[in-house]
Amino acid sequence: MFAVEPLAPAADVGGPGQPLLQVRGLSKQFPVRGGLRTRAGVVRAVDDVSFTVNKREVLGVVGESGCGKSTMARLVIGLIAPDKGDIVFDGEAVGDVLSLRDLRRRVQMVFQDSYASLNPRLTIEDTISFGPRVHDLAPNQARARAHDLLRKVGLDPALFAARYPHELSGGQRQRINIARALALSPRLVLLDEAVSALDKSVEAQVLNLLLELKEDLGLTYMFISHDLNVVRFMSDRVMVMYLGEIVEEAAAEVLWADARHPYTRALLAAMPSLDPDRRTETAPVAGDPPNPIDPPAGCRFHTRCPFAEAVCSTTKPVLMPTGNDRHAAACHIGDPASGHSSAGRRFTE
Amino acid sequence: MFAYALMRLIYVVPVALGVSLVCFLLVHLAPGDPLIAVLPPDASAQLEAEMRTLYGFDRALPVQFGLWLWRVLHGDLGTSIATGRAVSEEVWRAVGNTVMLAMLAAVIGFVIGVLCGFLAGYFRDRWVDRVVTTIAITGVSMPHYWLGMVLVIVFSVLLGWLPAVGAGPAGWAWNWEHVKHLILPAVTMSVIPMGIIARTIRALVGDLLSQEFVLALRAKGISEARVFLHVAKNAAPTAIAVMGLQLGYLLGGSILIETVFSWPGAGFLLNSAIFQRDLPLLQGTILVLALFFVFLNLVVDVLQATIDPRIKRR
Amino acid sequence: MVEIAIDLVRISHAEKSRGYWMTVARRLTRDPVIVACASIILLIASAAILAPWLGLADPYQGSMIRRLRPIGTAGYPLGTDELGRDMLTRLIHAGRLSLFIGLFPVALAFVIGTTLGVIAGYVGGLLNQAIMRTIDIFYAFPSVLLAVAISGVLGAGILNSLLSLTIVFIPPIVRVAESVTTGVRNLDFVDAARASGAGAMTIMRVHVLGNVLGPIFVYATSLISVCMILGAGLSFLGLGTKPPEPEWGFMLNTLRTAIYVNPWVAALPGVMIFIVSICFNLLSDGMRSAMDVRG
Repeated sequence: MFAVEPLAPAADVGGPGQPLLQVRGLSKQFPVRGGLRTRAGVVRAVDDVSFTVNKREVLGVVGESGCGKSTMARLVIGLIAPDKGDIVFDGEAVGDVLSLRDLRRRVQMVFQDSYASLNPRLTIEDTISFGPRVHDLAPNQARARAHDLLRKVGLDPALFAARYPHELSGGQRQRINIARALALSPRLVLLDEAVSALDKSVEAQVLNLLLELKEDLGLTYMFISHDLNVVRFMSDRVMVMYLGEIVEEAAAEVLWADARHPYTRALLAAMPSLDPDRRTETAPVAGDPPNPIDPPAGCRFHTRCPFAEAVCSTTKPVLMPTGNDRHAAACHIGDPASGHSSAGRRFTE
Repeated sequence: MFAYALMRLIYVVPVALGVSLVCFLLVHLAPGDPLIAVLPPDASAQLEAEMRTLYGFDRALPVQFGLWLWRVLHGDLGTSIATGRAVSEEVWRAVGNTVMLAMLAAVIGFVIGVLCGFLAGYFRDRWVDRVVTTIAITGVSMPHYWLGMVLVIVFSVLLGWLPAVGAGPAGWAWNWEHVKHLILPAVTMSVIPMGIIARTIRALVGDLLSQEFVLALRAKGISEARVFLHVAKNAAPTAIAVMGLQLGYLLGGSILIETVFSWPGAGFLLNSAIFQRDLPLLQGTILVLALFFVFLNLVVDVLQATIDPRIKRR
Repeated sequence: MVEIAIDLVRISHAEKSRGYWMTVARRLTRDPVIVACASIILLIASAAILAPWLGLADPYQGSMIRRLRPIGTAGYPLGTDELGRDMLTRLIHAGRLSLFIGLFPVALAFVIGTTLGVIAGYVGGLLNQAIMRTIDIFYAFPSVLLAVAISGVLGAGILNSLLSLTIVFIPPIVRVAESVTTGVRNLDFVDAARASGAGAMTIMRVHVLGNVLGPIFVYATSLISVCMILGAGLSFLGLGTKPPEPEWGFMLNTLRTAIYVNPWVAALPGVMIFIVSICFNLLSDGMRSAMDVRG
């Protein structure tokens, strides 16, 4: 790895059994302004979300726009303060044992818009060395580190260090984003739609780079995307979000083979295929996406769910294990005691 | 829309209050004892003591402000040291003259400005456009008080057609005797708004004409005249906003022109108030002019919101 | 090691990276109008600064016999003023004060206004409201009125003029600064900087300032011509310079009564104000266009 390592990654405190990240009851809502500057309501961007991320795994997070994925990422990294909930990193509570500054050395983020995420006035090496400089690394050491990181992401420092963002392609900028995220030697990297804006061929290169870096540096990822194929490729486990809540989580292959939530099934069915034998006849999901300011009562998905019944509009389903360890879904069909007519049965198809 | 007007009205109150506060503090900015500034020079010690209590100069500043504000809301702007008359009386009379001048200047500036702006916008980058742009930039860069002087030189001194100063014989009437005094100052004042409006309209019209909806209209075979109407409708809100703003500046910035032409408006009054160190008159004039400006902006905002459905509330 | 992308080959042949400002400078120097205006201003400014050493007549030396001589009089190429002083030398000397009064308040307002605006824009929340509402109140005055009011109350004098002009120009600059900063603040790279653990001051200095100074600066330059006119206007009203200091606005004032005797000499100081003002305006416009295209 690096010859001199003044910015070593934070030590492994909890050991291999300890999840790297534990989130409990995380909630964040935003007020919505009405006409006369009064509050017309709130958007529950993230609503009582709990999950864990294990060391060295890739947790994929999928959902439509507006489901709260990006907000959740920003909550985890501390860019937004949560209204409620705890975040525990490697056994240490954030805000308690870990200060925000400590958190910065452990969690970093790669943003989606590769252009807006780089300061157009700074050179590439200045951008990458900014983080280390903030954490008291000497300028020349920070520069050396920036050059090392550029090499690590496949860019020659001699050609790229002194350039400006507008002179580079999307793929190159995303590599630089990754280099910047790695500059503080984090252990957890949040990738918020990191490849969504790239061309397919470039996307493949960047994804491979990410996997290599993960192996090389022992990283853990949270991979947020709306693109199911990419998530499947990258992730060990996958979490599905809808309107600020987690509706299902499972190992990637398990999710694809045996999804237990109607929304997940709909997402999977909506993926277009080039196979003429697998045509989509009917739209998998009916109805318009509901207003996030006024989510439906009971199960938030019930207005668009083909299996919805009376119980779905009155009682909110809880995320519960489906029998298979580590596969949980929030649907009344999965709960034998819910009162749903199909409760306890598996989806056929 | 109604909600917007109401909201805007509510918003005016703190601004008006703030403006009043600044006007109030101005007097206390002046070097020396503010009481001395308010009293006539030959005041007796008794009068001084009376005034001190009346104005509350022996009380804390916020209390003084409260007293002053109370009086202002009842229309009492104090007494002019120079003339001994009520300030409100002087100011209202003068403001009337200024409004007359400003309105005429605004009309001239607006009409010619819009005309030139449209011409320039329609004939973008042709010689018409270049001429108009040059005139506009010239108008905006010119010290208007100097222009006034030049116009006086040309039309009064050299040609003798129009009078150089004043508003004519006492008492206003809409006859040539009086109106001829209005022409030069109004034209002078109209130059800056004309330039700004021409520039704005030109940019707006040029933008609109290059937009696709105009192309679509023309492709539908709609006559040029109706295209023009569409463009005009789209340009109207901004045009009105700019003109309203300019009118405000005309009212507030009239002092320079009125000084050149000795036009007996609020600006001229302000001038004499300054040089006679007549602080109550100074304060009253500034307050009235500033509040006029605030109120005018309110009207313009609401008007703009009425015409332009896209206005979003802040 | 991941393979380097093909387009790297293209990059290796490209020239050395060009800064944004170099592109702007190049664009500016190619425009004849800009060059002309800049030259004129430089000419007037240097003449003004070097005035005492240019071998001109004494600007304070008058002669009651030779009052208000017309332009082209022998020995007085631009005539004489109402106290018999040589106009040419008066005009050039006046440039010092006039240019200073036109530039200094804007420069000072730029510094103060940018600081306030960037802080208000970045920090947001209550601090933003406090700053912006206060600014709104000053913005609620028409500029001429505010300048005259403050000068009128403080009394005549250059220092008071400078003060009142600075106060007049701070609000518009704060508004522009705050608006631009708010726009930049929402961009991802500011979030990334926050995610690095940097403090607010560091982020403002390193990331925000570089991206907002450009637009604010261009806006500020557009205010120079207004400041020149307003500053001369204050002197014209007798609120600025005191005699016998030459200053264009003040000269216009004292020569006003002379328009019946020698109108063209009386108009000369205004010509100077006009020329300088229009040059600054065109320069500012040109700079805005030059900076408009994405560098």
